[in-house]
Amino acid sequence: MKLELRGITKKFGDFVANDKIDLTVEPGTVHALLGENGAGKSTLMNVLFGLYDADGGEILVDDKVVNFVGPGDAMRAGIGMVHQHFMLVHPFTVAENVMLGHEQLAPNRLLDIEAARRRVIEISDRFGFDVDPDAVVEDLSVGAQQRVEIIKALSRDANVLILDEPTAVLTPQETDELLGIIGQLRDTGTSVVLITHKLREVQAVADAITVIRLGKVVGTALPTASQSELATLMVGRDVSMSVEKPAAKPGDVMLKVTGLSAVDEVGVTTLDDVSFELRTGEILAIAGVQGNGQTELAEAILGAVKTSSGSVTLDGEELIGRSIKSALSAGIGFVPEDRTEDGMVATFTIENNLVLDLIDQKPFSSHGNIDVDAIVSNAKEKIAEFDVRTTSSKATAGSLSGGNQQKVVLARELSRELKLLIASQPTRGLDVGSIEFVHSRIVAERDKGVAVLIVSSELDEVTALADRIAVMYHGKIVGIVPPNTDRKTLGLMMAGAHQEEVA
Amino acid sequence: MSAAEAKTETPEGSERADEARSLLRSVVESNGLVVFLAIVAALVVGAVLVVSADEAVQDSAGYFFSRPGDFLSAAWTAVTDAYVAMFQGSIYNLQASSFSGAIKPLTNSLTFAAPLIFAGLGLGVGFRAGLFNIGAQGQVILGAIMAGFIGFQFHLPLGIHLAVAVIGAILGGALWGFIPGLLKATTGAHEVIVTIMLNYVGLYLLSWLLSQASFQVPGSGNPKSPAVDTTAQWPKLLGDDYSLHWGFIAALLAAWGVWWLMERSTLGFTFRAVGANPAAATKAGMNVKLAYVLVMVVAGLLAGLAGATQVLGTEKALTVGIAGSIGFDAITVALLGRSRPAGIVAAGILFGGLRASGPTLQVQAGLPIDIVLVIQSVIVLFIAAPPLVRFLFRLPDPRLVKEVTA
Repeated sequence: MKLELRGITKKFGDFVANDKIDLTVEPGTVHALLGENGAGKSTLMNVLFGLYDADGGEILVDDKVVNFVGPGDAMRAGIGMVHQHFMLVHPFTVAENVMLGHEQLAPNRLLDIEAARRRVIEISDRFGFDVDPDAVVEDLSVGAQQRVEIIKALSRDANVLILDEPTAVLTPQETDELLGIIGQLRDTGTSVVLITHKLREVQAVADAITVIRLGKVVGTALPTASQSELATLMVGRDVSMSVEKPAAKPGDVMLKVTGLSAVDEVGVTTLDDVSFELRTGEILAIAGVQGNGQTELAEAILGAVKTSSGSVTLDGEELIGRSIKSALSAGIGFVPEDRTEDGMVATFTIENNLVLDLIDQKPFSSHGNIDVDAIVSNAKEKIAEFDVRTTSSKATAGSLSGGNQQKVVLARELSRELKLLIASQPTRGLDVGSIEFVHSRIVAERDKGVAVLIVSSELDEVTALADRIAVMYHGKIVGIVPPNTDRKTLGLMMAGAHQEEVA
Repeated sequence: MSAAEAKTETPEGSERADEARSLLRSVVESNGLVVFLAIVAALVVGAVLVVSADEAVQDSAGYFFSRPGDFLSAAWTAVTDAYVAMFQGSIYNLQASSFSGAIKPLTNSLTFAAPLIFAGLGLGVGFRAGLFNIGAQGQVILGAIMAGFIGFQFHLPLGIHLAVAVIGAILGGALWGFIPGLLKATTGAHEVIVTIMLNYVGLYLLSWLLSQASFQVPGSGNPKSPAVDTTAQWPKLLGDDYSLHWGFIAALLAAWGVWWLMERSTLGFTFRAVGANPAAATKAGMNVKLAYVLVMVVAGLLAGLAGATQVLGTEKALTVGIAGSIGFDAITVALLGRSRPAGIVAAGILFGGLRASGPTLQVQAGLPIDIVLVIQSVIVLFIAAPPLVRFLFRLPDPRLVKEVTA
């Protein structure tokens, strides 16, 4: 099936989200739609999917103009969509989710769950998905849930599958599996539209690339284009793809973690006898597949997770048993993994978010009395310094894009005199320009003599930033290796192999 | 960020959010225009009810097709009578012979408003900190018990007596807030259930106390306490001709105090952060559990002051009905005022006015008091459903507008 968008224009008030966008998806190809966050990719797909009415332009399926009033029309025309945030009913089984919306009745007038199960098994087998039709969705990993979404779309005979930022939530392994699946889909004749801002993925699977910036198509490229060419096209200026940093000059031991163990509420060991040292002026990156204790390690150092044994010392002072507040005032900067949930108050203004953990300190307050002027001038300063793109410092943090939210969190955490900076997934969901900025600030902190601990499940980020890499698996550190260790070795270590075994 | 992305993100974001909290947030954050339009809509619905309850209108409706003018003029008369009576009963009595008589309704409204403002402020603090405190009624009662007991039992000099009684009310109300706050912080017990139950405990504690000889007028046996000493009463604000007392001024001062607490103090900043995102507040080093306890103590002490206003200013003696339905009306006041002090003062005065106009409506317009309660309820109904008001008045959805300008 050939899908063509011609001159699609979509406005919200005065804001033009899509400006005369043309896009042609040839049958049996993978077409990457590349653009930064907020470039208008999702809007375009929502127009295509009938969720928004276009203000101009037309959609053609097999050279015939179609008019989609809602997602149902798009699905009937053979277009399936996997949203960035999955549209699954968590307590339902895989089969129930797949039949949701077009349930079939068995001869006895009851729901034909058996037909749905057979459909799941058939599609799952065809692509080697290994999805159990009777599994309850909330018990599945994120990667498996995504495969359920793909099965859902394929079960409705989708000829064009739209994947909206499919790898944002996946581990490197799951990402590689997904890229394999996309290849398989193409080989069986299904076209795929891959919406992403990740260049490596585009190069790996795309047959054609359309780059969107600020709602306009700024160019098309072939997958042979280099990453820096694509990045320049996407961002609109030259960007450096590698992190430029001078050699580390490690000083004294700042953070010393010894025999740290923790157990979560349901009794699962999350940290298992973790020990390492981190010196001033160096970056230690914790690599590993998400859910192997990295999050707990970062939070345990901060004091947000209860530990069962072991010690954490910062500059010789024991941190275990102290409150988060005293850990912060001891000189820890903390950039949490989930910035919208843990890093900021979405309904607060940018001004207030910039002082969230500084409000009880001078100059922002004295004797419990807030100095509004100090907060406002601090915000002006930080917004300029960190290039936060906003119309006003009084805008809510929730109204910012992900990259700008992260800049706010980073600006706040770097406002204190730090001894240790902990940053979890510092660039997750960020566009290329913001990633570059965040990385350079982290390196700048290191060069100021701060000990930096990065937790990241993005291998590219880990190898680009780290002076040393610690790999975690099942709550243990399986090895600490230099940053020039090859991807394959790191991958094996992330799967639990010890350093000695892979070396 | 485009609206499209915001749209797809919404279900995910609210998925795990506590239902009650998100409801609370939507009410707290509804805008002033919506509140105003909700009142307009409620008055229109009220007019329909007035018309349908009016006998003259009902009679003329019987021959509507032969003489529609009768029906329309009867309906007009009924509505204007009702709203004129409401105005005269709550703001300015046009028929009074002197100015001092004419403004009496207004002073009555403010007298009714004072305890509603106090209790509403307390609830507003809780709402903004994410706590669904339903316990103002119990807190008002405890405040009233303490203030009343000190008022009639102790005999202290002028000035000191009032201060001691008010402090007693603060402690009583604060205790009744402290208990659910502590239980939530230590055991996770939900404040809605605990505060509702403490309302009953407070009410029946009061009933029991009033059955004891030490809380009764000597030799009477009635469940009514002796009058509080004049030394413990709130002084009259405009002389003895008016019921208005200094409790109203104290309520305005409390509103200013709450504004300072929430907008200008680090404690209030913590309360708001805890209410809007407890996870982020924790990671920022705030003590969320302590905040819950303190919020409930503040809410309780303000409600306790409402009790003091009733017993030391308006009623001057402790009875089973001393708290009326103040604790519950205050929930409405707090929601209507969007949990902001200025809004709560305005909403408290509006409700005081509705309350004060009740007798006039009955006597002058011949309407049942229920109509006032219905109008109050309809206002709340509209406030609680901003999308309904926006639909009725064709207002744009603020979320979309915000996204576009962002």
